[in-house]
Amino acid sequence: MSIRKIAATIGAVIVLGVLLMAVFAPLIVPHDPFAQDLNLRLVPPSFMEGGRSDHFLGTDQLGRDYFSRLIYGSRISMLIGLATVITSGLIGITLGMLGGFIGGRADMVVMFIITCRLSIPLILVALAVVSLVGSSLTVVVMTLGLLLWERFAVVTRTTVMQVRTLDYVAAAWAAGCSRSHILLREVLPNIVHHLVVVATLEMAIAILLEAALSFLGLGVPPPLPSWGLMISEAKDYMFFSPWVIMVPGVSLFVLVLGINFLGDGLRDMLGATRDA
Amino acid sequence: MSATIEIRDVAKIFRQFSGMFSAPRMVRAVDGVSLTVPAGGCFGIVGESGCGKSTLARLILGLHPASSGDILVDGRSLMAMPRRERARLIQPVFQDPFSSLNPRRTIHDIVGLPLAAQGISGKETTKRVHAMLERVGLRSEMAGRLPAQLSGGQRQRVAIARALVLGPRIVVCDEPTSALDVSVQAQILNLLAELRRDMGLTLVFISHNLAVVEHICDEVAVMYLGRVVEHASTDALFRAPTHPYTRALLASVLTPEPGLGIPDVGLGDSYPDPANVPPGCRFHPRCPMVTDVCRTEIQVPRRVGERVVECMLA
Amino acid sequence: MSALLEVNGLRVRFNEKAEAVRGVSIAVNKGETHCLVGESGCGKSVSALAVMGLLAKGGIRTADTLSFAGQDLRGLTESQMSRLRGDKMAMIFQEPMTSLNPAYTIGSQMAEVRLRHRGGSKREALDRAAALLGRVGITAPGLRLGQFPHQLSGGLRQRVMIAMALMCDPDLLIADEPTTALDVTVQAQILRLLMELQAELGLAILLITHDLGIVARMAHRVSVMYAGKVVESASAEALFAAPTHPYTRGLLDCVPIPGKIARGAQLGSIPGTVPRIPLGFQGCGFRDRCAHADASCATGVPAQSRAPGHDYACRLPAGWTTEQAA
Repeated sequence: MSIRKIAATIGAVIVLGVLLMAVFAPLIVPHDPFAQDLNLRLVPPSFMEGGRSDHFLGTDQLGRDYFSRLIYGSRISMLIGLATVITSGLIGITLGMLGGFIGGRADMVVMFIITCRLSIPLILVALAVVSLVGSSLTVVVMTLGLLLWERFAVVTRTTVMQVRTLDYVAAAWAAGCSRSHILLREVLPNIVHHLVVVATLEMAIAILLEAALSFLGLGVPPPLPSWGLMISEAKDYMFFSPWVIMVPGVSLFVLVLGINFLGDGLRDMLGATRDA
Repeated sequence: MSATIEIRDVAKIFRQFSGMFSAPRMVRAVDGVSLTVPAGGCFGIVGESGCGKSTLARLILGLHPASSGDILVDGRSLMAMPRRERARLIQPVFQDPFSSLNPRRTIHDIVGLPLAAQGISGKETTKRVHAMLERVGLRSEMAGRLPAQLSGGQRQRVAIARALVLGPRIVVCDEPTSALDVSVQAQILNLLAELRRDMGLTLVFISHNLAVVEHICDEVAVMYLGRVVEHASTDALFRAPTHPYTRALLASVLTPEPGLGIPDVGLGDSYPDPANVPPGCRFHPRCPMVTDVCRTEIQVPRRVGERVVECMLA
Repeated sequence: MSALLEVNGLRVRFNEKAEAVRGVSIAVNKGETHCLVGESGCGKSVSALAVMGLLAKGGIRTADTLSFAGQDLRGLTESQMSRLRGDKMAMIFQEPMTSLNPAYTIGSQMAEVRLRHRGGSKREALDRAAALLGRVGITAPGLRLGQFPHQLSGGLRQRVMIAMALMCDPDLLIADEPTTALDVTVQAQILRLLMELQAELGLAILLITHDLGIVARMAHRVSVMYAGKVVESASAEALFAAPTHPYTRGLLDCVPIPGKIARGAQLGSIPGTVPRIPLGFQGCGFRDRCAHADASCATGVPAQSRAPGHDYACRLPAGWTTEQAA
């Protein structure tokens, strides 16, 4: 097995693991992630000195079980990642297909929209929107979804342009197939492997952006246990209780790494079936 | 039943986008072509890259709208015909059997595509696909495979099966054997000739290979920079080529006969560019017989005996 | 006199499963054109690349003899080989666009070849480049020197490649399908140019092609390759007058010849496709497609000679073609 394949497998295991964790969170958690116990604040993890066996990863500054919060936090990360990819994918793929397939004036308009989007400073606009509308999960998802579509649009547009000129598309036109059939059955299946890679990339970016927004206090509102929010809340205690910042930080790092590994692996796999 | 194709003064001009602030370049790919393709015949269109022969093929297939002029089949305008009806009448076979089949669909789906577009599906499709595959010399088990599992020759047979599954009357072949090995090329040419006879097809056969065109076509049109410069029966054209370009083209056919050496085609090193058509006769920068008049005066097609030639010297 | 390029028992494999070239022997003499002809996948290009030491990564080359101008190429290091390539041994490829660097002008690329192998001043090298561009039929060579590859047509680029190959007065030119990507009229011009240059400079040319027309018109000697082996080797006249291996005959029957084969007549064809030959394959590689194959073809292939200098690898006697006709 090559290193690439090993990496892809590790990535798949991580992403699948986090996904299962997110879906079955209520069944896994040992404690209520929102329940506070001010007598047990900042308890170290069980494997460290002073740790307690009933709090595997210790507790936070309000005495909430850190392991339970971490698991619930994965729900937020996965939800943000997937919802953003779906929203931005819909926008980007539609625009890219319009530009790439129709060409001409439609393409010029699409290119103009993409250029405009690229000149918007992402974080600043996200901050502005959230501070204007107020922060909630929906607002974060919509803001990221409406901002992160440009890579989808660019990749869809160029790949559609390449596939559009191939003879099998010409043969489908000559066979009298409808426009939608040609787009959905002849063109789309042959660019989907490019889009999967973009999707993983965007998902990783969305998760990191949500963490950044939450860290700045403009992401998901407390007491929701987002990993970014956990890092933010932990920053005041990191000198004396370093695990409070390490645990969500490492989790975030591992998840994003896993998604990127998986994306690389999927690209190799799907790209290969096309030629082999 | 076959069909006569009438091409009436057809032109196709592509706008080539060359930057936001500069005017688009006009590429005159096909520039006033008139031809009549008789029913049941095999009509060859030859010429070098950039002469507009593939664009003409795409115009006949309705893949591009013509910029001006009209193409009629049995007196009916193709441009006005609904696409599904045109599909039942005319089908293509393309050059590269690797890009002409969708790599993600099975052979069954590929051959059945024209049927699906007509709203035929299920058992009827499978029956007709299998029959067609066997007709082009492929076993019907192939139906379940993907294009990547087939050789170049087999893929081209699949492309032919797809073209014939609706029982069209006209098949436009754009360089159908250029991407194939010699031994496979012969198989495909034999198959096309046989199918044409048995199914009464009208073939439009586009190629740069004059030996192949001579072998299977009854009539040939030679194209140069978007114009037909000579049009005659195959016999007449090959016996006595009249346009200087036809002569050069014919001279450059290298038959496997040793000792004849390489002919001097005498065309110089300039190269035709459809975005930059020379004034006067389009061929004059390369013509070995060029006179001063050729540089300024536009040539018009003239009937010389049984042929049409676009050269004042003919 | 021994040949300029002598290859005996050349074998190439890229993995443990299949062998691309299985014991090829070719000799190219000074001033001679040797054509290597065959269909895609027969190993003709790989053989040429193996001779030049340009095999893709993982390619393993062995040979009994591999000598160029009396020098054994087998023991040369990569740096010694690269000193030879482009100097006394030059190569031109099918697609000239990929062999020219798009970021440099024609002139600087041509001069670079000369400077690397022969030194001298840049001025001299550019003068030589201009002279050679003129020689290969390019009008206004001075102007072309300052242009970039994408500004030239395919035919001009191939002329540039030929001129570049001549920068160091090579003795051997290996041309791998040099005209396949070109239009027929340009093809004739390029081939004619190669013939003229050969007569003028005494070049030895190893020409790789799939086109029997080119072979007939260009070659002094011909080697027909099939499935990694030379199946027939003869002078061009002898080969076309009396093709003896069933594959050579089949291939010739496939080509329509204006005026010789009646219009619409069935062309000869060879059933099936080129097989993949596994390592340790025994017998004749063509037997599955051959109408004359029998049990003995599965075990071994005798090397026979029809006439001095006309060899073929088949069990059939030299006279089988006339017997069949009678």
